[in-house]
Order: sequence, then structure tokens, then C-alpha cells
Amino acid sequence: MSTARAASIILAKELRLELRTRELLNATLIFALIVIVMFSYAFDPTSAESRRYGPGLLWIAFLFAGSLMLHPSFAREQSNETLDALRLAPISNFAILLGKMAANFIFLAAAELVLVPIFAVLYNLPVASVAGRLVLVLALGTAGLVVAGTVFAAITAHSRMRELMLPLLLLPVLAPLLVAAVEATASLLNDAPALDRSWVAFLAAFDIVFMTASWLVCDFLLEE
Amino acid sequence: MPAEASAPVSSAASTGSFCSLGVSFEGVQKSFGPVFALRGVTLRIRAGEFVVLLGPNGAGKTTLLRLAALLVTPSRGTVRFSAATRSVDAQSSGDSIPQEAAKRLIGVIGHSTLLYEDLTASENLRLFARLYGLEDRDARISAALDACGLPSRANALVRTFSRGMRQRLAIARALLHDPSLLLLDEPATGLDRQGLAWLTERLSGLRGQGSTVIMSTHARSESLDLATRAVVLVGGRLVEDTGADGKLAALLDRLRSEN
Repeated sequence: MSTARAASIILAKELRLELRTRELLNATLIFALIVIVMFSYAFDPTSAESRRYGPGLLWIAFLFAGSLMLHPSFAREQSNETLDALRLAPISNFAILLGKMAANFIFLAAAELVLVPIFAVLYNLPVASVAGRLVLVLALGTAGLVVAGTVFAAITAHSRMRELMLPLLLLPVLAPLLVAAVEATASLLNDAPALDRSWVAFLAAFDIVFMTASWLVCDFLLEE
Repeated sequence: MPAEASAPVSSAASTGSFCSLGVSFEGVQKSFGPVFALRGVTLRIRAGEFVVLLGPNGAGKTTLLRLAALLVTPSRGTVRFSAATRSVDAQSSGDSIPQEAAKRLIGVIGHSTLLYEDLTASENLRLFARLYGLEDRDARISAALDACGLPSRANALVRTFSRGMRQRLAIARALLHDPSLLLLDEPATGLDRQGLAWLTERLSGLRGQGSTVIMSTHARSESLDLATRAVVLVGGRLVEDTGADGKLAALLDRLRSEN
């Protein structure tokens, strides 16, 4: 069975489980919403400040929400050792990882789809005029977040203080991604919006590097 | 770098004969940090044998089964598989086969059920049928649910099942792809008397079919009578192996009297 086919089966399983329980989506959405609203009240930003600080606040909200959402990705496979059941099947370990990455990307992207318009209203930012380019930046940034995050969720799944370990390990690794995503988003929310191609290229490179690394180490990642 | 799952190892299934899988452990050592679970175990289990693993808690039985299931890799030593093609009255010599290819011939029943509680019984079976690339999925799933006595609960979430029902479904899941090598770690966990009788009947059927079975169990298990060989592990070392030469009955009598 091809890796893509096996990953699609894992993805379908993840989607089915999430649609049935709605644990991840609800928690992620509510948490990110609270962060964005609290930032809005805490700073009460002017229009100029919103353009300056808004992208950073938005991506920090995504980052926190992402680290919250990524943790159960592997942790909830532990109750009945279902990860073993997946690893017993004649599919590559990378397919398991890829299926989970795809599912996490969909969950976080769905949360962003709700959060970005609310963010735009609260911070009075003109996202509609740059929607297409913003989607590109969000997609690349979200991909990097979930690829690295899924890898670290697998690493920390067997550790004792895994809820604490995931953000501790993940957030420093995501610092370059955060800088690039914030800069690329900020370039779109300027008075003269223009996509900063160098930051977009950086985001794409981050995604490729982490995806390649996850492919190389996936066997080690999923073994105890 | 990940190993790609290979194509089926043998055309035996498609030609009507039966492929049975043997497994060899050569000087296998497994440690988890400073703790040694296995200390240089060498054991050859031939295709078609029904082997029981005996020993106290922490002897290394589960680790040996997990090594055979390719869920963990040995710290030292090797685990090799050999396939033997069986027809009605003959068995061909075993050919060594790659580990990844052996995966589709292995079935595992563990301490845990390996089932998703928020999926229904049939959704669980369908997921694994798809992962194993099985054809005739609907028929297989229906037959598996019938066999484990849960056809009326096909669309119920596993979280609503009793422990015994879950274990029966777990066994049905493990047998869904007709494995040639079955690895059982205390399979009777959670089963009531009726469930135990059902399990013994299933294992008896597998033995008659020529499947290789390796089962970790305790000395009072009813399934012991099906065994053709017993291996005793203590402290990660193999301390007794009855082989296939008639020592089995004496060992089991001794262990039963000690318990």
C-alpha cells in the first residue's frame, strides 16, 4: 500500500474521531478566541498599533492553540495502545505521521478560518483585500507548526510530564517560524500591502526541512 | 529512514496453499534504559508450532512478543522470520522473508484491546481491514462480528462494551487478516467462562489450520492443553524449553502443582 493511501486512511480515522468527539476543535477554538479577545482588551490598540502588533498577537494565539491541540494527537492513542495497532499494520510509520499531520493541519486551519475574521474585526485590520496572499502565509505557517508539532507530540507522548514537555520543547523550535510568519503577515497588513517573498520562502523551507526530518526519523519517533 | 512495507511475501495465499510463519530470536537482548528486559535469548520457533511462554511477572514474555510483532527493535541480536508453505499433507522448507513483509502475516492480541473506543465495532474492523488492504471487507467484517458474537452490536461504540466484549472484538480484529503467526499476550484477560471457551475453540481452530501461535499465559490457563511446546523465561533469560520432544506434559504438570 502506498504511503499516501495509508496516510489517507489514518486521516479519515482522525477526522471521524474528531467529528464524533469534537474535543480538539472546540478546545482549540475557544482557547485561541479567549487569547485574541484578552489581547484586544489588554492593549486596546489604535489602528497603527494593530498593524504593528496584530500579526504577532495572531500568530502567538495560533501557536498556543496549536500546542494545546497537538498534544492529544498521540496522547489519545495511549488509552488502548492503539498506536501499536497502527504500527502493526503493513504500512510505513511515515504514513501514520503524515495522516496525523494532515488531520492536525485541517483542525488548525478550521480554527483559523473562524479566528481570522474575528481578529480582523477586533483589531480593525483590512484582511479582505489581501485574503488570497494571507491564506498562502497562513497555510505555510500552519503547515510548519503542525509538522514540527506532530513530531514533538510523538516524542513527548511517552514522557511523564507530556502536557508540559510539548510546549517546552516545541515553542523554541518554532521561534524561527513565528518570526517568519509574523513578518510575512505584517507585510500584508501594511499601508502598502505587499507579500514579502523572502519570508514566504523561509516558511516554505522550514516546512520542507521539518517534513524531510520527520520522514528520516519517523521509525525512531514511533518506537517506545 | 523509514522502511517501506513490501508486497506480499508469498503467493501461497493466492495459489490456495497456506503460508505459515516461523520466527527465530538469535542472541536477542533488549534494554529500556538501565533495565534489561531480555538478556541474550536464542529461540527458534518453527512454522506451525503452538508455543506457550511461561514465567513470572517481569520475565520478559511481553517484550519477546513485542519483538516478534516488530513493535520494538532488539538492543542486540536479531529477529528473523521464515515462511513455510503448507498444503494438505506437506510443508515446504522455510524461506527467510523481510521483516516488513512479515508484518501482514502477523496478528497480535495484547494486554490492551488496541481498539478505538469512540469508533463502533464495525468502524474499528473496517479501519484495520483497510490498513491491511483486505478485499471483501464487508463480508470479512460481518463474519468477524458473527464469530465473536457481536453482530447485534456492530454499530455500537466500543466504549459502551463490557471488558469481555471488548476482548472478543480485539481477538476478532487480530484475526481479521488471517494471520499466519499469532502473538497472544494473556489473551484470556477479561473473558468470562463462555468467552474462554470461545477463545480456546478459536485457538484450536488456528492450531488445526497450521498457524504458528506464541502465547504468553499463566500455568492455569485452559489454553495450555493446545500447546505443542513451552518456553520458560525468568529475569529476561530462557531457562527451560521443552522443545517438541514430550517434555511439555511433565513441565505443565509440575507448574500446575506449584500453583
